[in-house]
Formats: sequence, C-alpha cells, structure tokens
Amino acid sequence: MQLLTLDFALVLEKLILIAIVVTIALVIAMYSTYAERKVAAFMQDRRGPNRAGPFGILQPLADGVKLFFKEEIIPSHSNRGLFVLGPALAMLTAMMTCAVIPWGNHLELFGRIINLQIADINIGILYVFGVVSLGVYGIMIGGWASNNKFSLLAALRGASQVISYELAMGVSIIALIMLTGSLSLKTIVEQQMSGYWNIIYQPLGFFIFFVCALAECNRAPFDLAEAENELNMGYHQEYSSMKLGFYLFAEYVNMFMSCTIMATLYFGGYDIPFLNESTLDPNLAGILGIIALFAKSFFLIFVFMWIRWTLPRFRYDQLMRLGWKSLIPLALINMVVTALVALWLNK
Amino acid sequence: MSTSEILFWFLSVLALFSAVMVLVSKNPVHSVLWLIVVFFSISGHYLLLNAQFLAIVNIIVYAGAIMVLFLFVIMLMNLNRESEPQKNVWMKLFGVISGGLLLTIFVSAFRSSADIFDKTAQLNDGDVGLIKNLGKVLFDQYAFPFEISSVLFLSAMVGAVVIGKKE
Repeated sequence: MQLLTLDFALVLEKLILIAIVVTIALVIAMYSTYAERKVAAFMQDRRGPNRAGPFGILQPLADGVKLFFKEEIIPSHSNRGLFVLGPALAMLTAMMTCAVIPWGNHLELFGRIINLQIADINIGILYVFGVVSLGVYGIMIGGWASNNKFSLLAALRGASQVISYELAMGVSIIALIMLTGSLSLKTIVEQQMSGYWNIIYQPLGFFIFFVCALAECNRAPFDLAEAENELNMGYHQEYSSMKLGFYLFAEYVNMFMSCTIMATLYFGGYDIPFLNESTLDPNLAGILGIIALFAKSFFLIFVFMWIRWTLPRFRYDQLMRLGWKSLIPLALINMVVTALVALWLNK
Repeated sequence: MSTSEILFWFLSVLALFSAVMVLVSKNPVHSVLWLIVVFFSISGHYLLLNAQFLAIVNIIVYAGAIMVLFLFVIMLMNLNRESEPQKNVWMKLFGVISGGLLLTIFVSAFRSSADIFDKTAQLNDGDVGLIKNLGKVLFDQYAFPFEISSVLFLSAMVGAVVIGKKE
C-alpha cells in the first residue's frame, strides 16, 4: 500500500533548510539585542555591555540564562490557556515570514540543486502581508489574557496601530507590484539583478514602507504598545521568565525579518552590486549572495536602532494622524503616479 | 489515501470542530479565536484547490483585519457571564426553528443547483483561483458588479463616519 507519494529527499532538504533558517534568525535576533545596547551606548557616549566575555559578546547568552532561571508567574485571575498562547503566537508569526524570503540563489551540493528559498509561491508578498496582519494576535491575546488594565490598553493600542499602518504599507506595495508585475519575491529579486534596484523607481514607496515597518514592529518612535511611562510596561507587564523573553525576542525577529523583506523588495535582495554573478562558480555566487543579503539587512537593522535612540516617542494622536492623514494619502498619490507613469511608458 | 485526501479530511474535521466550538464557547473571546481557526482551515481548502490568491486574501481580510476588529470590540466591552442577557425560552425556540429552516433551504438549493450538479472539485490542477486568471475574470467579465460593490463599500464607510461623528 502506498500511503504517501512524496519526494522524501525534497522534504528532507526543505526540513533542513527550515531548521537552518530558523536557527540563524534566532541567533541574529539574539545578537540584535547585544547590537542594540552597543548602538545605544555609542549614541549616548557610553561603553555598553563589556563584562561577559571579550567586548561583552556573551551578554545575550547571559540574558537568556537569566530569563530561563527566573520564576515563572501566571497571574491567578488571568486566562491561563490564552496567557500561554500569547507569547507562542507572537514568536510563531514572527518566524513564519522566513518561508518565502529568497535567502540566496541556489547551491549545488551532493549533486542536487538546492534552492535557498523554503517556498517560492506565486503570492509571496501577499503571504508576508498576511503573516504581518496576524502578528497583532500575539499582542492582543497576551494583553487581554493578563487581566490587567494597562496590558489591555496596550493591546488595544497595538492592534489599532498595526491595522492603521497596514493600509499604507499595502498601498505602497501595490505601487511596487505594478512595476514588477509579479508577487513572487524570487522573481522580484531576479528582475532587480538584471536591471536597477527598485529603490530607484520607488523612493517614496520605500520611505512609506519603512515607516510602516517601524510601526508594525512596535519599534520606537512607534512603541506606543509598551510606553513605559504611561502604561508601566505595556502588554507584557504580567509576563515573567521566558514568556517575557519570547515577547522581547519576537520583536527582534520581526525586525530582522522586515529588514530582510525591505532589502529583498527595494535593495535587490541577494544581488551583489556592480558584479555579474553568472560569471562566478554557482556555489561561490550563492554564498556571496547570502552575505550580500545579510549585509543589506544588517545595515537596515542598524538604521532601525539609530532611529530608536535618536527620536522621541510619538503621542498617540500624533501616531494616528501620521498614519491616516499623511502616510495613506501619500501612498495613494505614489500609487496613482506610478500607475500613470507605467501606463505612459508602456504606450 | 493520497496526501490531498488526508489533508482534506484533516482540514474538514478541523473546520467543523472549530465551527462548533465557536457556537458552544461561553467566552466570546474564545469564540472569536475559534472562528479564526475556521478561516485558516477554509484557507487550507482553497490551497488544496490551488486557489492560492483566495486562500491568502481570506487570511488577510478575515483573520487579519475583520477578526482583529471583532476582538477589539469584544475586549473593550468586556463581556462575561454575568453581563450576558438572559434570553426568553420562546426566543430560543424560534431561533432554532428559523435556523433549521435556513439550513433546509441551503441544503436543497445546494443539492439541485445546476452549477455544481455532477461536477467535482479540481484538485491541484484548477487554475481559476490564481491571481492572474481571477484578475482577468473580475476586471473583464464582471467589471461592472465589481465596481458597484466598491461603491457599496464606500457608502458603508461614509455611513460609519457619519455615525461616529454624531455626538
């Protein structure tokens, strides 16, 4: 009896790829916390963490161990199941994006061509968009299940913020899709490899996308959901131990993923500037491409941190005004102008 | 059983189970969360039919936007068992009867409809749900109804703003 007709080699290949990508994303998120402190210290003329290991490089490990050994408290009036589900969902939705990102071109190992993308689906950008729109559930469920006024307020703030900024983000992506004519991230990268990067065609679109990405990641200056001076700690106030760690960690994973998406959409993905990759050995080109993608995304992460330690937090009404009255009209204008120009050039 | 059959049965059981859980959950927040599971399993069915665009739009629109607003409202109202209005026994009875009648109509319409009679779903090789084909059909064959529905949405938005502006 044949139960499943699967290509088991392919399944194994994809499983290994998923494991590697998830591990790398987690390690990068871990070291983003270290980088954040170092960047903050640099901006404020301090030294930053420098005790654990050389240059404080073991600090994230020390933090992780500390979080694991903390006492785990579940508030007695909370909704137990949902209280545990909240951080798990936050982490899951943060990691899910990595499935459609093309991390590199391909490698040739053991006589197989290994595509460095977990799934090349023809709705790539929409998938990312769907996962981003689900990201709010981690915050909302956690905030509500804590049975705490501050947490609930923070959760509602977070949800309305994410919904508001999703619109402008969606419209700025529409302008990009009109130029590329494809929703697959791999196709978009390949177009940029043979032509110019999309940032040249869509500077305003990138700006809008970038601001919205800051808001979707709940990063300063849009970190209203965890505004400590008005809401204590925001939606994760009742959390302790590794559940708190998951929330904090999910923010950094989100940041890494959105920076990689931006690098893929607007900065050519794994394209190395001023170099024709097809002249190189495919394995070498694949590895160099991965390095190029990571370099671009690390630079964007640095910009995220730079903004966090430079700009003060928005007030809530300012946040909503910026989203609805500035970014959405701007994105709509960008979309209409792009459509007109594309139509005019195609004539 | 092939892979698609296993997936089909799994998704169907999941969809029906969570739909029942939406109804029997005492806590409205749980109901909303089960409804999200229903949407996910329906999206899974779309994927089995190779309708990737429909699947992801179902998730973006329903699970990602509408359900968030549902949760929003329910969390703000803080519904719980004490504040739940006690319904009249007669109301419940009429509710059951009208619901049952609606179900009968649906089943009979579904059984005799010429559009679906004697046709089976195209597993994996159907391509009408892909974004290209769907777009062509929507903006070509059904352009007028599509535009009319956008006017409907606009009027709903204007109505919401008018109600919201009222003191």
